[in-house]
Amino acid sequence: MKIAADRDVCIGAGLCVGTSDTVFDQDDDGIVVVLVEQPEGADADLAREAVSLCPSSALRIIE
Amino acid sequence: MTTNTVGAPPELPLHMRRDHFDPIAELGEVREEEGIRRVTSTFGMPAWLVARHDDVRDVLADATRFSNASQLAFSMPGDTRTDEEKRKALAGQMLATDPPDHTRLRRFLTPEFTVRRMKRLEPRIIEIVEGHLDAMEAAGSPADLVSSFALPIPSLVICELLGVPYSDRAEFQRRTSRQLDLSIPMPERIALQREGRAYMEGLVARARVEPGEDMLGMLVREYGSADGGGEITDDELAGLASLLLVAGHETTSNMLGLGTLALLRHPDQLALLRDDPEVVVPAVEELMRWLSIVHTGVPRTTTEEVEIAGRTIPKGELVLCALPSANRDPSFIDHPDTFDVTRGAMGHLAFGHGVHHCLGAPLARMEMRIAFPALLRRFPNLASALPFDEIPFRAFHFIYGLHSLPVTW
Repeated sequence: MKIAADRDVCIGAGLCVGTSDTVFDQDDDGIVVVLVEQPEGADADLAREAVSLCPSSALRIIE
Repeated sequence: MTTNTVGAPPELPLHMRRDHFDPIAELGEVREEEGIRRVTSTFGMPAWLVARHDDVRDVLADATRFSNASQLAFSMPGDTRTDEEKRKALAGQMLATDPPDHTRLRRFLTPEFTVRRMKRLEPRIIEIVEGHLDAMEAAGSPADLVSSFALPIPSLVICELLGVPYSDRAEFQRRTSRQLDLSIPMPERIALQREGRAYMEGLVARARVEPGEDMLGMLVREYGSADGGGEITDDELAGLASLLLVAGHETTSNMLGLGTLALLRHPDQLALLRDDPEVVVPAVEELMRWLSIVHTGVPRTTTEEVEIAGRTIPKGELVLCALPSANRDPSFIDHPDTFDVTRGAMGHLAFGHGVHHCLGAPLARMEMRIAFPALLRRFPNLASALPFDEIPFRAFHFIYGLHSLPVTW
C-alpha cells in the first residue's frame, strides 16, 4: 500500500496527524507531509482511516 | 413579507426542532423514508433538506457542484443592506467562498491551527481552565456553569489567540449571541452584524499601527501592507477575525454547557469520563456526534443538476445538510441514539466535511479534552440545581446549547 497526498488540495485540518503522527505530519503552513509512504501493519490501518477521514479528499491510496 | 407579532418567536424549521438533546422524530423519518425533503430554510427560503450521513458527506465533499459562494444561502428576507454593504460584510467570510478564493483565505490561517501549534497552547488552556475552576470553588456552590465556566473559557482562549481585548467581552458576547438567535428580528440581527464588523475593523486598524504577537498582529505583519492592499485586505482581515471570534466562543461554549448536562443525565458515562483518562478522547467525539450543536442546516447551492437520495435537484437550488440527522444515521453507527462515551471516533460530521471543515476543530477538541475531565474531577458531586424540564435550552439559536445551567457541588 502506498499513500499519496495532494498538497494543493489540503486544507490543513490535521485529522491525518491526529490519526497517526508516525505516518503524517504538517509543515509550518499546516499542509500535509507524508512521513511513511508505504506504511505497514497497524500503521497501514491508521493510514487507511486517515484517508477516509480527510475532509478535503487530499489523501488517497495508490495500488 | 409578513411580520411576526412582536414577541412571538418564528416557527422553527424542521431540522432545528429538538426534544431536549435529540433531534425530533420527524427528522429521523425524513432520513429513513425519502432521505431528502422540500423545506423552508432558517431564513425563509425554499430549500432541500438532506438527512442521511452518506449524502451529507457527499454534498459537503463536493465544492464544485455544491457552492458556498452563491448569495442564495446568505440572502435573507428583511435585509435592507445595499449590494456594496453586503459585499463588504462578506469579505473574508470563508463560508461564503469556494475554491480557489476559499483556499487563498484559509491558507492564511492554517499555520495557526496545526496539531503542533495546538500542543504549544495546551499549558495556557490548562491554566485558564484551572483558573476558572478555582474561581468557582472560591465563590462556592451554587453557580451557573454557563457563565462561570462554559462561556468564559473558550471566550478567553479565542481572545488571547486572536488579539481581541477580553475586557470587551460583555459587548461582543451579547452581539454574537443575539446575532445567531432566530427569535431576534432580522433588522436587529443585521444591525448587530454591522456593529461587530465595525468593532473588528477598529481592532484591525490598531493591529496595523502596533501589531502584537497574536493572530491579528501576525496576519498584518506577514500578509498586510500599510495601505491595506497587501496579500490580504483590511476588509478580509476583519471578516476572517469576525468569523473566528464568533465561531471561537459560540461553539465550544455550547458544547461545554450542553455536554456537561448530557453527562449529568448519564451518570455512568460521566463516571467513565471522570475516572479513565483513556476515555477522554472518544468521549469528546461522542459528545460532538450525539449533540451535533451546529443544527441550522449547512447551506450549499447547486451549480448544476444533481441527484441526491435518488431525487433530481435542478441547478441553482438551496440544499441544507442536517448534521444532527446525519450523525444519528443507523447506517453510519449502530444504536445511533445511544450515548456511549467509550465508542466515540472521528468520522462524525459535527465539524462538517469538505474544504469548509471546521478550521478551529483542533482547538475545540483540545479545549474540551482539557475542560470536561478537569470540571468533573474538581467537583465529583456536581449536580444540576434545576429539574430537567426547567433547564433553559437555546431552542431558537443557530448553535444549540443552554442559556444557563445552575449547578451545585
